[in-house]
Amino acid sequence: MEQSPLAIYQSHLDKGELAYQWSPVAERAVFYPRLVCPFTGSTLLEWRVASGLGTVHATTVTHPQQGEPYNVALIDCDEGFRLMSRVEDIAPEAVSIGMRVRFRVHRPSGDKAGDEPAYPVFFPAEAAA
Amino acid sequence: MTGLQRGGAAIVGAAESDLGQVGEGLNPIDLMAQGIARALDDCGLGLGDVDGLLCASTQSRTSGLSLSEYLGISPRYIDTTILGGSSFMFHVAHAVAAIQLGLCEVAVIAYGSTQRSVGRRQASVREVNPFETPYRPFLPSTAYALAASRHMHEFGTTREQMAAVAVAARQWALLNPVAWEKKPLTIPEVLNARMVSYPFTVRDICLVTDGGGAIILTTPDRARSLKKPPVYVLGCGQAITHANISSMPDLTITGALDSGRQAYAMAGLTAKDIDVVELYDAFTINPILFLEDLGFCAKGEGGRFVEDGRIAPGGELPVNTNGGGLSYCHPGMYGLFLLIEAVRQLRGECGDRQIDDAETAIAHGNGGVLSSQSTVILGTPATV
Repeated sequence: MEQSPLAIYQSHLDKGELAYQWSPVAERAVFYPRLVCPFTGSTLLEWRVASGLGTVHATTVTHPQQGEPYNVALIDCDEGFRLMSRVEDIAPEAVSIGMRVRFRVHRPSGDKAGDEPAYPVFFPAEAAA
Repeated sequence: MTGLQRGGAAIVGAAESDLGQVGEGLNPIDLMAQGIARALDDCGLGLGDVDGLLCASTQSRTSGLSLSEYLGISPRYIDTTILGGSSFMFHVAHAVAAIQLGLCEVAVIAYGSTQRSVGRRQASVREVNPFETPYRPFLPSTAYALAASRHMHEFGTTREQMAAVAVAARQWALLNPVAWEKKPLTIPEVLNARMVSYPFTVRDICLVTDGGGAIILTTPDRARSLKKPPVYVLGCGQAITHANISSMPDLTITGALDSGRQAYAMAGLTAKDIDVVELYDAFTINPILFLEDLGFCAKGEGGRFVEDGRIAPGGELPVNTNGGGLSYCHPGMYGLFLLIEAVRQLRGECGDRQIDDAETAIAHGNGGVLSSQSTVILGTPATV
């Protein structure tokens, strides 16, 4: 039985890694992880670990009816795949298109920690220097 | 679309169900049936004539079964394709194909929703996506806001330009007696309303209403013998580009580019030949994107195009003449209402909001988060 792409992705995150798939036939990155390559139909997909560097492609500040506004962004990772995430450590409205960002793992805390899996977030790359 | 015949079928009946906030206890199938009864009355056909049924609802997993049972019919042709708000434009293409092939002769396309009465959470159950849900996108608003951020970044589109779309819709709605919104709206009022997901305030976003309706299609031969002038299906096109916004190939170019090209090619028309434009306006960025992708202006020019009342009543290009999803009615999957309004405009039934000498109309449906695009071009008997 095949392990789910989600489980493999999640196990990388648990090790602090942002994993993605590589299609050797299409010679392109594939994200989100899946069993079949969307460019070729091939089931041949290799797992790779991203450098964690990326660029903000699109950004918004979402205002919940209750609670503080927060950032939601699309990040283009340097390896050529895009994912939804958020940029932390700065005000949500200060996140701008073209900003260089770096990945870290967000591990949910509080009452539901343990139920909620870890997920990737980003922060301004300049701050990491 | 390749394989479909220009004018191969005609819309002969069109009607809304009750709209806005409907009577307590009414359900989506009630509203579909009510719309069908009114649309049959509109053309003079009866339920016994219906042998094709197409419908979609987010509140009934097997709406084709429920609606058939409710109406006491066993249709020869049935189709419950559901691709979001554009589903009904897909249904038109499928109905034309079925009629052309003789799979049915009288096809009904129906929709019903009680999302205002039961609440959005009840009406459309949220699907968990492990790659998006952790970031708490308020869907669909956050996704469209991300697309808008790219349009603003690449082309300098402004919040004021997007607000102009909402203001034009409101001006049209004030000419439509059944529109939900009854008061004028200004650009500052749009900009200063409650922020939902930047750049959108609540006034940049479609209404949350109940509502439904139906349209009826048949063969050109049969159409000519009915109560009202037939409205011919001249062109259809469709495109699916993604499901989730993170997979949209280019956030500033929608599948309308492709669906529009197919529909224009089938109709033998271009944007310049279109008299009435009905575009799915779930958010104020949508008509801007679709005006560009459907060839009414160049890519990136949509923001400037909608300024200064160009798409408002009295403007150069009438867009969303019923008041749109922004100000008339938006029960969740709005596409059917674009078709109903286009039919009425081509029949000259629109009263104060009637476009003079309307011979051709485009009804463009959008579904998901700019995910599914489907275009229908309609024409009066003079166009076939």
